[in-house]
Amino acid sequence: MCGIIGVIDRRKEPMDGLRIKKALSQMNERGSGEGAGYAVYGVYPEYKDYYALHVFFNNIHETKDALDATLEQWGRIVHDEEIPTYEQPNLRKTHTPWRYFFKPDKKLMAWSKSPEDDIVTYLVMKINAERKGSLVFSSGKNIGVFKASGWPEDVANFYRIEDYAGYLWLGHNRYPTNTPGWWGGAHPFNLLGWSVVHNGEITSYGTNRRYIESFGYQCTMYTDTEVVAYLIDLLVRKHGLSEELAVKALAPPFWDEIDIMAPRQKMVAKALRLAYGSALMNGPFAIVVANQESMVGFTDRIKLRPLVGGTCGNRVFVSSEEAAIRAMEPDIEHVYMPRAGEPIIGKVIP
Amino acid sequence: MSIGAIPSRYRIRIDRDQCMLCERCIESCPYGVFRKNGETIHVDSRKCTACHRCIAMCPRDAISLLEHPIDYRSHPIWTREVRESIYNQARTGKIILAGMGNAQPLPAIFDRLLLDACQVTNPSIDPLREPMELRTYIGKKPSRLEIRRTPEGDLDLVTELAPNLEAETPILIAHMSYGAISLNAQKSLAMAATEVKTFMGTGEGGLHPSLYPYQDRMIVQVASGRFGVDINYLERGAAIEIKIGQGAKPGIGGHLPGEKVDADVSATRMIPVGSDAISPAPHHDIYSIEDLKQLVRGLKEATEWKKPVFVKIAAVHNVAAIAAGIARSSADAVVVDGFRGGTGAAPRVFRDQVGLPIEAAIAAVDQKLRDQGIRNEVSLIASGGIRESADVAKAIALGADAIYIGTASLVAMGCRVCGNCYRGLCPWGIATQREDLTARLDPREGSVLVSNLIHAWTLELSELMGAAGINSIESLRGNRDRLRGYMLDEGILKVLDVKPVGA
Repeated sequence: MCGIIGVIDRRKEPMDGLRIKKALSQMNERGSGEGAGYAVYGVYPEYKDYYALHVFFNNIHETKDALDATLEQWGRIVHDEEIPTYEQPNLRKTHTPWRYFFKPDKKLMAWSKSPEDDIVTYLVMKINAERKGSLVFSSGKNIGVFKASGWPEDVANFYRIEDYAGYLWLGHNRYPTNTPGWWGGAHPFNLLGWSVVHNGEITSYGTNRRYIESFGYQCTMYTDTEVVAYLIDLLVRKHGLSEELAVKALAPPFWDEIDIMAPRQKMVAKALRLAYGSALMNGPFAIVVANQESMVGFTDRIKLRPLVGGTCGNRVFVSSEEAAIRAMEPDIEHVYMPRAGEPIIGKVIP
Repeated sequence: MSIGAIPSRYRIRIDRDQCMLCERCIESCPYGVFRKNGETIHVDSRKCTACHRCIAMCPRDAISLLEHPIDYRSHPIWTREVRESIYNQARTGKIILAGMGNAQPLPAIFDRLLLDACQVTNPSIDPLREPMELRTYIGKKPSRLEIRRTPEGDLDLVTELAPNLEAETPILIAHMSYGAISLNAQKSLAMAATEVKTFMGTGEGGLHPSLYPYQDRMIVQVASGRFGVDINYLERGAAIEIKIGQGAKPGIGGHLPGEKVDADVSATRMIPVGSDAISPAPHHDIYSIEDLKQLVRGLKEATEWKKPVFVKIAAVHNVAAIAAGIARSSADAVVVDGFRGGTGAAPRVFRDQVGLPIEAAIAAVDQKLRDQGIRNEVSLIASGGIRESADVAKAIALGADAIYIGTASLVAMGCRVCGNCYRGLCPWGIATQREDLTARLDPREGSVLVSNLIHAWTLELSELMGAAGINSIESLRGNRDRLRGYMLDEGILKVLDVKPVGA
């Protein structure tokens, strides 16, 4: 199950968290009260040039010094603080959420074309794989993920999500089967600019994981969703594909469809399947992926999970349920259901 | 002093009440088990190979066969096989020849791997109602793509794609040469490969003109003897395979006895009639990996870089590193042949004692290629001991792109795995060149049997994939999460990178 939702304002007008909280709660039928979360873009304008690292500490006294030391080896901590939280009767605070604003020292990875991103990726992989009581669950610039185990409204109230504002939001209402009760297992998943919410189960996870790990990514979250964030990062950031083509690689057309395409189009479609066969995601899923510039929703190739799109003015919506979109935007102008593998794309207007 | 006769392996009995003296058993048996004497059929059980031809042909089901009618004193170490090998070698002073694959009673890892299926949290996919893709491309894949947007807004592929074979199933037919098997057997396989849109190997025996109509479905082999190789041969194949080694006999060459080299075999192999065709142990122009690269590129140059070139090796201890070397040689696919791989003739000591199980070899090779970031450089074809569709699914889940079946395709044509292929008297018309015997195999009928088998396995594979919630073979490939090991030790599980049952 699981309920997912996303919205982008293409003119980058900020929206506070109140409406998405309401919308996500519309889909409690799809959750089990064991995980919910929100990702918001444009949330830290005063620190927009620094990587915002959101960390779950098992406890502060044992683990924080080690994390500080690691970060300082690779750059400068501009500012750090505990993320404010507010006690909720139905939510057990098993971790202490913290945020760092971090500036990597690009000289330390001089060989790289994108040294800052690569340092942060390296650090996220290393810290999460070591499992020393700290887990980095959000690492983008001007992006924040807020998540925990609980019902969406409890998690929202725990962080007072209405106090945050941004031009792009993702939300997730979880019905866990893999890692119930673990905060790290709640969605959204994030790496650098990429955030993902996911409903479904990726039956090709083993293939995808072994593929992505051969590029130095490490899957450490015990769930199939994180692999989507890494695949998108690889295809778009490292391999330079457009978001549309990346979706075509992850949820490609069938060979029967490719066989009857026009020659040029066929070559591109065939090449994508040959090159990225191991990145193809199988099994039932609906996914929304976002970065600073865009939001893309898509489903598996035979649409075994629901996905609805909507538009209203400059805003593009995507969700598991039409009801959730209507809860967020009662005056919605256009609501539609995309075909299997057909993406819903909302891009920032340059 | 004489050792005397060793106990007969089989006992044939004829039910005299049923027998109607039709003599079909006499006609059927090229080994001379049966003979007519007056009004009875006499039996010489000692000559029997358990090929079952007489049993299959007897209209009255009058013939029965018993294995090991005389027992040795049982002993856990001094087995029957060990004792009989010693008797044989004491008498002859020679290497013992054997046919088919490894006959040691070692457990098959495939049998201790279990496949997965969906329940509740994700739906299984019904292949009768939903598309199921088994199309398999074999060859080099780009590891990333350059795609340009034209001024008109169309997408244009800038990256050049290397030639790939396109098969509609990941099941290919292994290399078995004309000479080792009959022309009718090769025709059956070639027609079947064409029918189910897969590929077959020619083996190191050249390409007989009567197979030219099927050449687009044939992979021509270049082995150390270079039999039958010329530019015509290379140009006709859909792909070229360099055979370095074979799972049944890693490290040694091949030997086709002169008796099997008749006029037609001689012309196809380009060797004199009646001469032994001996393939050297190494290629004498390949003493190192850089020499292999030269041959790969030489073959590509000769065929204008239009065909994929495969390299086949036996699964030996260092198989992963060797495969990684091959992946850097411009080769398009690595074929790894496990120690259960079959053969017409191999020294028994090699067949039973040298090499690795294919399951471990695939796992090691796939992982090594991924570790080095060169998995897309080559396809990985697994062969040697694949007996059913589940083995295919497991081999692919461990990391293979495709598999070869050899023995299984012969069994489909009637072979009873008697293991006497090297004697050239195959009563099923498969591993023989004797005209009266090869006439027993009608290529039309043979091709239906083989294409039925591949079709049936492909259907079963679709069902297994659908049950696992997978609708494309790419998503099964290397998907070791969908395997669990049952009664495998921790060391093997680590090599296979597979969790134990329950985990």
